[in-house]
Order: sequence, then C-alpha cells, then structure tokens
Amino acid sequence: MSNDARTQAEDPYLALQSSPEFQELRKKFRGFVFPTTAFFLAWYFLYVLLSIFAPDFMGQLVFGNITLGLIFGLGQFVTTFAITFIYARWANREFDPMADRLGAQLDADQKEN
Amino acid sequence: MALSLPMAESTAVGSPALNIAIFAAFVVVTLVIVIKVASGKKTAEQYYTAGGAFTGRQNGIAIAGDYLSAASFLGIAGAIALQGYDGFLYSIGFLVAWLVALLLVAELLRNTGRFTMADVLSYRLKQRPVRIATAISVICVSFFYLLAQMAGAGGLVSLLLGVTGEVAQNLVIALVGIIMIAYVLIGGMKGTTWVQIIKALLLITGTAIITIWVLGKYSFNLSSLFQAAADNSPAGEKLFEPGLRYGKSMTTKIDFISLSMALVLGTAGLPHVLQRFYTVPTSKQARKSVEWAIWLIGGFYLLTLVVGYGAAALVGPEAILGAPGKANSAAPLLAYELGGSVLLGIISGIAFATILAVVAGLTITTSATFAHDLYKEVFKRGNTTQDQEVRVARLASVVIGAIAIVGGIFAKNQNIAFLVALAFAVAASANLPTILYSLFWKGFNTRGALFSIYGGLTSSIVLILFSPVVSGKAPLVEGGPSPSMITNPAIDFHLFPLDNPGLVSIPLAFFLGWLGSVTSKEHNAQKYAEMEVRSLTGHGVAEAVNH
Repeated sequence: MSNDARTQAEDPYLALQSSPEFQELRKKFRGFVFPTTAFFLAWYFLYVLLSIFAPDFMGQLVFGNITLGLIFGLGQFVTTFAITFIYARWANREFDPMADRLGAQLDADQKEN
Repeated sequence: MALSLPMAESTAVGSPALNIAIFAAFVVVTLVIVIKVASGKKTAEQYYTAGGAFTGRQNGIAIAGDYLSAASFLGIAGAIALQGYDGFLYSIGFLVAWLVALLLVAELLRNTGRFTMADVLSYRLKQRPVRIATAISVICVSFFYLLAQMAGAGGLVSLLLGVTGEVAQNLVIALVGIIMIAYVLIGGMKGTTWVQIIKALLLITGTAIITIWVLGKYSFNLSSLFQAAADNSPAGEKLFEPGLRYGKSMTTKIDFISLSMALVLGTAGLPHVLQRFYTVPTSKQARKSVEWAIWLIGGFYLLTLVVGYGAAALVGPEAILGAPGKANSAAPLLAYELGGSVLLGIISGIAFATILAVVAGLTITTSATFAHDLYKEVFKRGNTTQDQEVRVARLASVVIGAIAIVGGIFAKNQNIAFLVALAFAVAASANLPTILYSLFWKGFNTRGALFSIYGGLTSSIVLILFSPVVSGKAPLVEGGPSPSMITNPAIDFHLFPLDNPGLVSIPLAFFLGWLGSVTSKEHNAQKYAEMEVRSLTGHGVAEAVNH
C-alpha cells in the first residue's frame, strides 16, 4: 500500500496528513485523551501518595468502619468507570463520524488514481 | 471458628477427588468446545488472532479471563485478608492501568498492526533491528509471566489436590502444560479465546456467589463485615488503614510507588494483552473490548474486597498462613468454609482453569513473535508461505509449552511474586515508552526505539537482579527463611534498595527513547504519514482483515 515510486506531493497519506481536516481530527483526539490521561494519572498517584505518606489522614473513620482511604479507593473505581463511559460516548458520537469520513475520502481518492 | 479445618494433618482441604473431578470436567467440556469451534487447518492470521473475527464484547470477556490470572484472583484476595487496606490499594493499580490501554493504545494499535506488537513498532522504522529488539522484549516479558503462572500451579496443586509428593506435583504441572499445548495446537487463538471466555464467566459467577454469601452473613453491612475481620485479625482495626504492608519503612513506601508505576504503565505494554486487540476486526470493536474489560475487571476487584475481608473474618489469618498456599489459599479456604467441599471444588476448578487460560494466551503470543517476527520477517526476510509460518508457530508453541513445564517444576517452591512484578516492570519500561513514542511522536526513529527497548529491558532486569527480591532480605520471622529468591542469608549481593525497578527504569527508558531519537537524523515522512493517518482513521484495516 505504500508506494515509494510516487513523489511526496502525490502520496495520498502525506496529502491527507497535511490537510486541515486531518489536523482538526488529530487535535480533537489529542485534546480529549491527553488531558484525560493526565487527570487519571494525577488522581491515581495522589491517592497512592496519600495512602503511603498520610496514613493517619486516610485512616480516619468516616462512618462505621469505613475509612476515608477506602472511600478514596472506591472513588478510583468510580472515576475509572466514568472515564470509560464518557470516552466511549465521545468517541462513538464525536470522533468516529469524522474519522470515518476522512477514511472514506482516502478510499475514494485512491480509487480515482 | 474455621480452625476446625482438617489442615494440620493433611495438606489438602475438602475432597481432592471432587476437586480433580470438577477440574477434569472443565477440561473435557472446554476441549470439546475448542475442537468443535476451532479445529482444523489454519492460516497464520487465524492461528495468531482468530482472523480478527471476535466481537468487542466477546473479546472484552476474554481479556478479563486473561487478566484475572491466579496472581490477581488468589493473590489479591489473600493480600486483602492479611493486610486489609494495603491489599485493596494494590488491586486498584491493576484496574486504573486499563485507562492507558483504552485512551492511548488499544484503538491505534488495532489500526496499525495485524499480527504482533512488533508490527506497530516497526511500522515506520527499520524493520529488522526493531523487530529483533521487540521480539526479545516480548519473549522476556512473556517468559517471566509464564514462569509465575506455572510456579503458581505447583503451589495450588498441593493445596487443592492433596498431591504432596515431589514427583506427583511435577506430574501435575506437566499435565497442566500438556493440556494447555493441546488447546493451543488444536484451537489456535480462536480456541484459546473461548477457553478464556468460559473461564472468565465461571470465575466472575463463582466470586459473585461467594461475595453475596459473605455479605448475607453480615446482613449486607460492609461495616460489620470489616468489624468481624478486624476482630479475627492480629492487626485489629489497623486492617482498615494504610500501612500494614507498605508502610513499614521509607524503603517500602518508595517501593510501593515504584510498583504502582509499573502496574499502571505495564498493563498496556503486556504483549499477551496487546495481542487480544488483534482478535477483533476494527478499532471500534477494540474500544468496545476495553470497555467490557474495564467493567468486568473493576467489578471483579470490588467483589474481591468482600472476599478478602470475608476470608479474614470467617477463616482467619492464622488458618490462611497455616495452609500450604499461604496467602493464595484465602479464597479457596473461604469457599470451603461457606459451601464445603462442593464450593471448594468449584473454586479450585476455576483456579486451575485460570492458569490454563492465561498460559495458553501467553503461549500463542510468544509463538506468534517467534514465527512472524523472527522466522518470517527477520530470518526469511518475508519469503515464506502461510503453511511454513504456521508450522513454525505450532512448533514454537510446543517448545514454549515444554519450557513452561520445566520452568514451572524448577520454580514451584520459589517466591514467585517478583516474577509478575518483573513482567510488569519490563513491559512498562521496554514496551510502553516505545509504543507511545511510535504512536504519538513524529520525531521518533529507529535509534530511539532501540535505545528505549534495550535500555528499558536491560535496566529493569539488572536492577531486579541486584535488588532484595533476589538476595539479602531479612527473614520475615526470626530464624525463618528469607523471602528473597536466594534464601541463604550469607549470599547477599543486593545493591539497589527497591524490590521493583519501575521508578528508575521507566523514566530512564522514556529518556533514552528521546535521546536516541534526537541524536539520529533518520525520519521517514511518508511512512509516518501513512501510520498516523491509518492509526486515527482506521483506513486499510478492513482490507487487511479480509486477506
């Protein structure tokens, strides 16, 4: 599928990569996944560091025998599930149609050539 | 309480004959299914990836089956039973790690690769050196993981089947290996996937039953369950607080941070996890796979919390530590306490099925690397037929199975936890930085990839070698054996203070990947454009599948 005989200007991938539509797609994707990754890593390591270095804070009982640390830990499950749900919805609704359109455009261009 | 268990006299609990019968029934049923759905001649694609024909949901269940290995099922339940909060803390890293796979890796990998991890890493770089480096890394990670699973099988045998003789234990390990090879040879990836799906459903159902049973005993009040666990534990209410395991000293604290890094960044670099994304046809199905995997794995760890505290409350730390499998026996002993021999038999059968399924997945992945990356692309420079490649893959599966059997026999009395930690640390150091750079960084090139793979691999293995897990740890109890691999306290060559190398080796690998790239001028703009466009649009995936 790679065609080295073509000059750079004619290469459909290079052409699409430099198109504004593709730049927009990349920006959209990275604009979602990078901040989300930064958030969940920061939140996870905050939880780990608090558990390790502030055991008294995390060990305080909130109700019954349930400690603040356990609630934070269960919070990690909640955020993981929530990010999964939100990302899947975003990807299905916002990202896929745009990506599919560019993929189809590339198919059409390749057939023409 | 549970101290009336007949454990002091015989090492087995419950009825070994029943345990064996349930395990045998699982093997027969799954073998029949594997033969029905997946026997016959296969193309390379069918052998390695089931032709990408699974749905996202099926694959997600199989991923859960693959990931909830004996270490995470038996190990985490035991860690919670003995160390309470710190055991739970440990399980969270295993779950959060899946977000890295979901957001950064699964879909882009599915769009740019077809058979192995090396397909993606070598896409826009020089094929041969990158494939060789990746293959070495894949083989190392899979070997450590495989050894841990097989060694775990040895420990489980003595607990559940009442097989105590040296020879008899070795025979059981060999038998597990031979059954696994049969699954892989007959069914390829398709058969292996079905075994993982069945196992995942059994495991989650079994654990859910135990959870509801335990909660029922405490009128569905988590706080009363915790109280009962604390009453029954020498740690008392310290069980609810952080610190029992990782809070002993500054070294154990920093060690846990290192372990957390390796867990969170290692999962998305484990070759047998990545291989699973090729068993679905598109990146959308890969996304769906991870969604399902996260729901199931997360749900499972929530159940494990109850199982762990339940084991502390109903079985008690003394009985758990007195059993042959130590911490690993917490869940089986709880099953026996609740449902007697029958429930224990079911849980034992599932535990064995777990090892079978995980080892089969590892074997397929490693054999694909041997046959596709090393034999076809490197050794034969792409000039092979499908038949030759599949023959090499099958041969590799048999050899890997044999190595697993021999390794499992030698490692069965070893402290194996470090093997799993090592597999995650190597995956996080050698594989993940290279994967992320090649998917996201334009300036990445061959020298960068070689630096990050070899640098991550070497630093993590060397640091482990000179760490306390290999030599020099003080015994847990006065006069007892050292928890290091080398138990003789006179032999101590540890230079690195941490058990887990991740804290050093992961940043080092990222740095080396950057350093290698900026010191080399190589850049293939055309291949980079092709890879980036394909990774985001999914262009070309359908035609590759229909080949």
